[in-house]
Amino acid sequence: MTTALSPRLTGATTGRVLRQLRHDPRTIAMLTVLPGLLLGLLYLLWRDVPTPPGQEPVFDRIGLTMLGIFPFVVMFLVTSIAMLRERTSGTLERLLTTPLSRLDLLLGYGTAFGTAAAVQALVTVGLATTLYDLDVAGSLWLVVLIAVVDAVLGVALGLLASAFATSEFQAVQFMPVVVLPQFFLCGLLVPREQMAGWLQAISDVLPLTYAVEALQEVGTSAIATGTMWRDVGIVAGVAVLALSLAAGTLRRRTS
Amino acid sequence: MTDAVTVTDLVVDRGARRVLPGLSCAVPAARVTGLLGPSGSGKSTLMRAVVGVQRIRSGRVTVLGEPAGSPALRSRVGYVTQAPSVYADLTVRENARYFAALYGRGARAADAAIADVGLREAAGQLVGDLSGGQRGRASLACALVGEPELLVLDEPTVGLDPVLRVELWDRFAALAAAGTTLVVSSHVMDEAGRCDRLLLLREGELLSDSTPARLRADTGTDDLEEAFLRLVRARQQEVAA
Repeated sequence: MTTALSPRLTGATTGRVLRQLRHDPRTIAMLTVLPGLLLGLLYLLWRDVPTPPGQEPVFDRIGLTMLGIFPFVVMFLVTSIAMLRERTSGTLERLLTTPLSRLDLLLGYGTAFGTAAAVQALVTVGLATTLYDLDVAGSLWLVVLIAVVDAVLGVALGLLASAFATSEFQAVQFMPVVVLPQFFLCGLLVPREQMAGWLQAISDVLPLTYAVEALQEVGTSAIATGTMWRDVGIVAGVAVLALSLAAGTLRRRTS
Repeated sequence: MTDAVTVTDLVVDRGARRVLPGLSCAVPAARVTGLLGPSGSGKSTLMRAVVGVQRIRSGRVTVLGEPAGSPALRSRVGYVTQAPSVYADLTVRENARYFAALYGRGARAADAAIADVGLREAAGQLVGDLSGGQRGRASLACALVGEPELLVLDEPTVGLDPVLRVELWDRFAALAAAGTTLVVSSHVMDEAGRCDRLLLLREGELLSDSTPARLRADTGTDDLEEAFLRLVRARQQEVAA
């Protein structure tokens, strides 16, 4: 495995992926505003539901959590399709004959879609805190940071999943396989401490659980907590692990 | 004359099929070597082995003094696949600049490569909007931009009009004269005459390793298509005997 990283080649690849995006204005528009619009729907859904005294409004909890889930899901899908196209168009085989290392390629994708996710997070957080009255105790910059780390996790898992798909039909079906169990078990639908022990154990090893916990920490604490930083570290660590595994699935020689 | 590529006892299986059953051949440096043969004869597989993306069963492929596919070769070898492998959602210029960057070259090298394949006017167009022949040339530009010592081109003239085909072969000759080694595959026999050296493949076997002049003399015909047919018949008689 070539691990010789070159910031120059990674940067060139990031630029190339972003240029591809630029030629697709509809995708840019959807990436930027769609999560914000969906969040608006959730806001309207709970707006007229009364909050019992002494409890946190439902939308504050769910809306905040969605800020971490949207970028994860969207970037997972976009990346797995982008990488599959790279494989089926022959450009991947060609890239592997150039000085570009496999990690350069994957990090290039991670940085490009991470950048797109940062724009998405800024727009969504902006909408949530102004139009939708989302109340966050901690810093909004931390919310954006967690959203970007979640997006990078989505990119990394998407790159890995694309190795196991040979068609677009298969690739899109990896989305429910990878995303939905994490969504069900992350503690949003049922608090983790109320889950059956074995479900909680599964929840313990799923990265989205920590992303959601990190957001809840920011939502309820005015200052950044140790738990939040630990959670962000775990999510980033899993992203790095998934990227390394994805590099292992990029075979230079095929039959 | 030194050899840029040497292939020794190369065996390649693709699925259950043995594509190359033990091929040995050499490619001279700074020449245009034509790899000819009907489709399915193993031309693309041999080229993939030379650029190091083909899984091989046994045998040895040495390129510019190093084992095929070794990291040191990646900036010295350019490869153009049969199907154009460029980004359809980027312009010709953006494609060329990306590959230029990968080979450590700048925007000027990218523009020169685009001009070399006659796409200067289409440089700002999306590759997806180009004709098939233009797409192939965009793909070629992305290999030329690295100014590699060895250029491996799989059927680069498919879908090109006769004028462009002549221009490209002139370009290949000029590159060889400047020291570049070219391996060009084709199933069009009239292109064989433009090569310095000819490797004729049939069913994974090397039918002939010759030059156009020698092939004409040996088979007693001026027509290279006819020469190839005579070689195939002679080989069949040999096998039958």
